[in-house]
Amino acid sequence: MVSLNDTEKQLLTDETQPALVMAMRILVKTAEIIGAPSLISVSSAHIDGCLYHGDSGVYFAEKLRDLGGKVAVESTLNVGALDLIHPGLVRSAPHQTAMARRQMQAYLGLGCKASWTCAPYQAGHRPALGEDVAWGESNAVVFANSVLGARTNRYGDLLDICMALVGRAPYYGLHVSENRHARLEIDLSNIPAPLKQSESFFPVLGAWIGRTVGSDVPVITGLNGSITEDQLKALGAGSASTGAVGLFHIVGRTPEAGTLAQATGGSRNIESLTPSVQDFCMERDRLSHGVQGEINCVAVGSPHFSYPETRHLLGLLKGRKARVPFYVCTNRFVLTKLEDEQLLEPLKNAGVELVIDTCVAVAPILKGSSGVMMTNSAKFAHYGPGNTGYQSVFGSLEDCVESAITGHLARDEALWQHT
Amino acid sequence: MAAHVKTRMLVGGKAEGSVLRLAAPVSFWGGVSPETATIIQADHPDCGTCISGTVLMLPGMIGSSSSSAVLLELLYKNIAPAAIAMVDADAILALGAVVADEMGYPAMPMFLVPMDALQTGQYAKLAEDGTLSF
Repeated sequence: MVSLNDTEKQLLTDETQPALVMAMRILVKTAEIIGAPSLISVSSAHIDGCLYHGDSGVYFAEKLRDLGGKVAVESTLNVGALDLIHPGLVRSAPHQTAMARRQMQAYLGLGCKASWTCAPYQAGHRPALGEDVAWGESNAVVFANSVLGARTNRYGDLLDICMALVGRAPYYGLHVSENRHARLEIDLSNIPAPLKQSESFFPVLGAWIGRTVGSDVPVITGLNGSITEDQLKALGAGSASTGAVGLFHIVGRTPEAGTLAQATGGSRNIESLTPSVQDFCMERDRLSHGVQGEINCVAVGSPHFSYPETRHLLGLLKGRKARVPFYVCTNRFVLTKLEDEQLLEPLKNAGVELVIDTCVAVAPILKGSSGVMMTNSAKFAHYGPGNTGYQSVFGSLEDCVESAITGHLARDEALWQHT
Repeated sequence: MAAHVKTRMLVGGKAEGSVLRLAAPVSFWGGVSPETATIIQADHPDCGTCISGTVLMLPGMIGSSSSSAVLLELLYKNIAPAAIAMVDADAILALGAVVADEMGYPAMPMFLVPMDALQTGQYAKLAEDGTLSF
């Protein structure tokens, strides 16, 4: 049984607040199923439930809203199934379009912010080290835990809004300090520095980690030099796509891993893995599905592209124009900054199509139903074939740009030689 | 010949149906069609099989946090499994059944059993006290 305090007990029976009663009932039942001993207060929520999967999700959100529900904590929204800025970009049937819009509106009606991004942490929503939060969406969860040091589990759709309404989460898993300690080490000291410092290494490393550790908490050692937040974002998203990683540590870089001892909680006998360059080449091949020759489009921005990533892209394009559609999935926060810096015109001239509020993996945006999509995102490469019908091939952002200019796959293989 | 197994109920209810034990774990989001309740993950050994009305035995947990929304949709459309059996409690999937109950959609029990307790082709009956009979 879950032990509830007086306030929580009252929330379960308060007839003047029916939305909170419903949310609390769902939360307590879930806490019982997972065996959480109690609930814990959370200071913010990130909600993944706003993406349309069918009409039932719309009715659920509308019911909570119509019962008068309002979120109790700062709550950002993950992507929806529509680009509200560019109507017509998403080619859904009329019923699906109307219901996706109703679902997005219902969550706004519940008091959530119109952030529509899977990278809320780069759109001003950054909980502090040690803060308990209730976040959904796998990449957002792993970033919040690993890079910010906030504490959340991988919460499912439907529970996320319930936790936001009552400001509480089940106390288990990664909310508990001991469970945040690394259980195995991934030692990269044998990997050549140029590869480790390359931009395309991080998504591949993440995908390899996810496939190897499942849902364990790994600590990475032997990764020196400066590591950007965008690289950590790519690593986390990869690990949460091929696996179910909710937290990773990098000694000397992430906030709970000043030393190896801190990351492991003092445990000396943890297992250590020493992957080779060949292991990472194989992972890169898995993300590339044997694609050769012609490509039909490039899609980047899973998680949503940041402003620095977009600037970097413009630099690589050097005023040239892509021959195939080049989709950059990002959010309103970045769009505003691009507008302010007068960068929308250069992007348009280069053939870049901005996708806002959503992305090519969750909404029908790509033309036709098959083809080849090139990407620098492990997450797009992993989910692309199932969700879009397109075959996917992984490369660095520079590879993506050079391939988009000619319409043919071109990858710089030098870094990945291992013989 | 009747056999009885005591299960741990995660979501209450009674059910009966043919057992379908999947050969590999599946993520409901991306792996099960919310339109037809068939397995759509191209490289899944049970791809093309319909899970509707079965006592579905899941041999492990993988997958997206949106699986709860897909199960809710199956229950809403009345094409969900009759019951779901699993080895470890999967909070995300169970959530779909908990919310369906809140929304007044047909309830679906979920319960825990040891990995080898159920085999495809058996006809299983689950009583409300958690007793499973073959």
